[in-house]
Amino acid sequence: MSFEPAKEPAIELVGIDKKFGAVHANKNINLTVAKGSIHGIIGENGAGKSTLMSILYGFYQADEGEIRISGKPVTIRDSQAAISSGIGMVHQHFMLVENFTVLENVMLGAEGGQLLRRGVASARKELKRLEADYGLDVDPDAVIEELPVGRQQRVEILKALYRGAEILILDEPTGVLTPPEADHLFKVLRVLRDQGKTIILITHKLREIMAITDTVSVMRRGEIVATRKTADTTVEELAELMVGRRVLLRVEKGEADPGKVLLSVKNLTVKDSRGVTMVDDVSFEVRAGEIVGIAGVAGNGQSELLEAIAGIRKPSSGEIIVNGQSIAGSDPAMLRALGLAHIPEDRHHMGLVLKFEEYENSILGYHRDRRYGGAMLDLDAIRKQAEEQIVKYDIRPPNARLKTANFSGGNQQKIVVAREIERDPDVLIIGQPTRGVDIGAIEFIHKRIIDTRDAGKAVLLVSVELDEIRSLSDRILVMFAGKVVGEKSGEAGEQTLGLMMAGIAA
Amino acid sequence: MSTASVPLPGWINYGVIPLINLALAFFFSGIVVWAIGENPFEALQLLLVGALGRGEGIGFTLFYTTSFIFTGLSVAVAIHSGLFNIGSEGQAYLGGLGAALVALSLDAYVPWYVTMPFAVIGAALFGAACAAIPAWLQAKRGSHVVITTIMFNFIVSSLMNYVLVHMLIVPGKMAPESRTFLPGGQLPKLDWLIAMFGGKLGAAPLNFSFLIALIMCFLVWVLIWRTKLGYEMRTLGISPSAASYAGIGYSKIVMITMLISGGLAGMMALNPVMGASARLQIEFVGGAGFVGIAVSLMGRNHPAGIVLSALLFGILYQGGAELSFDMPAITRDMIVVIQGMVILFAGALEYMLRPAIVRAYQQFARSPAGGR
Repeated sequence: MSFEPAKEPAIELVGIDKKFGAVHANKNINLTVAKGSIHGIIGENGAGKSTLMSILYGFYQADEGEIRISGKPVTIRDSQAAISSGIGMVHQHFMLVENFTVLENVMLGAEGGQLLRRGVASARKELKRLEADYGLDVDPDAVIEELPVGRQQRVEILKALYRGAEILILDEPTGVLTPPEADHLFKVLRVLRDQGKTIILITHKLREIMAITDTVSVMRRGEIVATRKTADTTVEELAELMVGRRVLLRVEKGEADPGKVLLSVKNLTVKDSRGVTMVDDVSFEVRAGEIVGIAGVAGNGQSELLEAIAGIRKPSSGEIIVNGQSIAGSDPAMLRALGLAHIPEDRHHMGLVLKFEEYENSILGYHRDRRYGGAMLDLDAIRKQAEEQIVKYDIRPPNARLKTANFSGGNQQKIVVAREIERDPDVLIIGQPTRGVDIGAIEFIHKRIIDTRDAGKAVLLVSVELDEIRSLSDRILVMFAGKVVGEKSGEAGEQTLGLMMAGIAA
Repeated sequence: MSTASVPLPGWINYGVIPLINLALAFFFSGIVVWAIGENPFEALQLLLVGALGRGEGIGFTLFYTTSFIFTGLSVAVAIHSGLFNIGSEGQAYLGGLGAALVALSLDAYVPWYVTMPFAVIGAALFGAACAAIPAWLQAKRGSHVVITTIMFNFIVSSLMNYVLVHMLIVPGKMAPESRTFLPGGQLPKLDWLIAMFGGKLGAAPLNFSFLIALIMCFLVWVLIWRTKLGYEMRTLGISPSAASYAGIGYSKIVMITMLISGGLAGMMALNPVMGASARLQIEFVGGAGFVGIAVSLMGRNHPAGIVLSALLFGILYQGGAELSFDMPAITRDMIVVIQGMVILFAGALEYMLRPAIVRAYQQFARSPAGGR
């Protein structure tokens, strides 16, 4: 199983083992990453990738095993120790102070003394040098919140380099980027590698692994099940290694057969709590038996659009018609009665109450229904239905009394999908159906969405995963800066859509 | 960071951790007692004997327990909806007016068991009324309920001063209190309950409201965990965004919760007003509303836990009074220090020891004896 790289190792993990109670998060991990290479770590949610990287960055201590950096054993008790060992981390959710400038963020925690002035001068000089060496140009005086996401990420990388990182860990770095931004990131990573830095890339996107890494390790159930030279492997092989069985990467679906209009949005404008227009005069229709996908980079108004249709956010003008009825003034409960079901973007904050037991979440939003009792909760009926859904949707572990937080991301999402689809709604609106969901569950959830369409329902799908939009949608609308900037058929090319998402071509 | 989310079995969470916290509180109280030159073991013995040694002591302990159960439940109900009601003190005080008005109107005409249900309703309505304005301000205007409820404590205090001094005072008397209720406005003592265990209640004011408190515990449990309203309350309390997704109205739940919470606090007045002194007195709540916060916190906002922690505070109140009587060096203020220690360790520092216990538990679970 072990794979010997030719060059000298930057980092070696020997026999790393970590348990959380009964959960064996990392089992006897042995991993060697060569200096000056890009190593990918891929695996489903809950496979132990994050735990392993957290051990490397000092958030957790391994129960057993050894970490060696450039051949020397090190003990990493906290992130300070990781930084002084030359490890830098770029988190999935940026750790930046939004109203600070780039320079201030880069210096934060490494100010170099009680008085700022000297630190500022040397940081500025260092930033110039990093820019020259790696082509990481960012205006040091720009305020973070005014920068596009891709630039913010670059600041995260600069932060790590400023602290002298020789080994960079990137956790799902492309989740928030447009395709052109992701391409640019990869260019930067290649430069860094060619300058001798070592990069560990954690991702669940197989294509990225193929595009950028030199070597790749696959994790499954806390173990590294394979390490390959990227050139010697295929997407299919990696997918199979991740899941432990053959998976369909392509969704199979027949021709759409659109019927009458079930959801219609007319001149909709939605503002956020600060009064900024997030959805700007948007109109579209979704017919029975079709899936309309809304593509776009996160933050271009899709979330607000979904919330307005679901009755959570009041639009400032325009009209939404569900099943022939205007929904003005309706709350989410009334909309459910109208036949609208909503799988929200963020299951942790909206779709589920994580502290509830599974069966309690299986009625969220439908709890007032008579079938679950009058004033009292009919616990028997609720649990019986929850158990049926657990079987039908293969939710694991099959325990309706388990706290929802203890299910994996994919199974949590299945709880939401089961609850919403099993109500047999006429209109189904879905946000990010497979965010943080493992491949096996993605396949399952996609199939359920297609089934819903084939049953003659109208489906509106919002996702930042362009692949997902392209493989599921019959029609694609692209949102940019709150407006629908174009409509394409489901067969539209990635290039075209990517440019539209970036607001370049309509 | 890593240990906070590790699930521990219930017997550790609800048994071992509270007991260790309690032991620590007594340990540090013992040091304080020792520092002023008294024997801590003797003090502990006096405290426990004073609270539990005789029927009369037990009667006093359970009398205090009754008040703390009501205010503890009041705080707990609000917490389940994510609201921090620290106005139980004032709500209980105003509740006393409700109970007293019912007792004063009916006591001459009907026996106590007819007066009682009306008094329960009256106390609850007045307590709820006191919570209604802060509730409305939170629900509709976003004024934080912590601020408004604590302000209302002062408003109610002044209002009750006025009512007692100018309206309910017995003409010609100096004390700002209502007339003594006739037996038709008094709740009977629970002599028989203590007698069942072979003790004598004596002068202790333990009365029927203790049983009402236990019934309320059960009803609160049903409300929170068995009704749809309780389901909506818990959803809102844990995740306001999930509540809005589910179409659970924020204003409605905030209003209902605060009215129930205020009503429970108001019922606390039954115990001192109709049970113990048989008249409405100034400042009769005496801090029980604030103790309710500690009781609820320690009892993990669960009725069963609230009964146990209310009992603990009852023991501290009664035992502490006896202790300061028997050991003159230990003043009332010292008792407050000990109570403070319990609140500090059992409430505020609840999570201080948790990481260590989690580690110990994992060590144990990994060893062959405990492993699976």
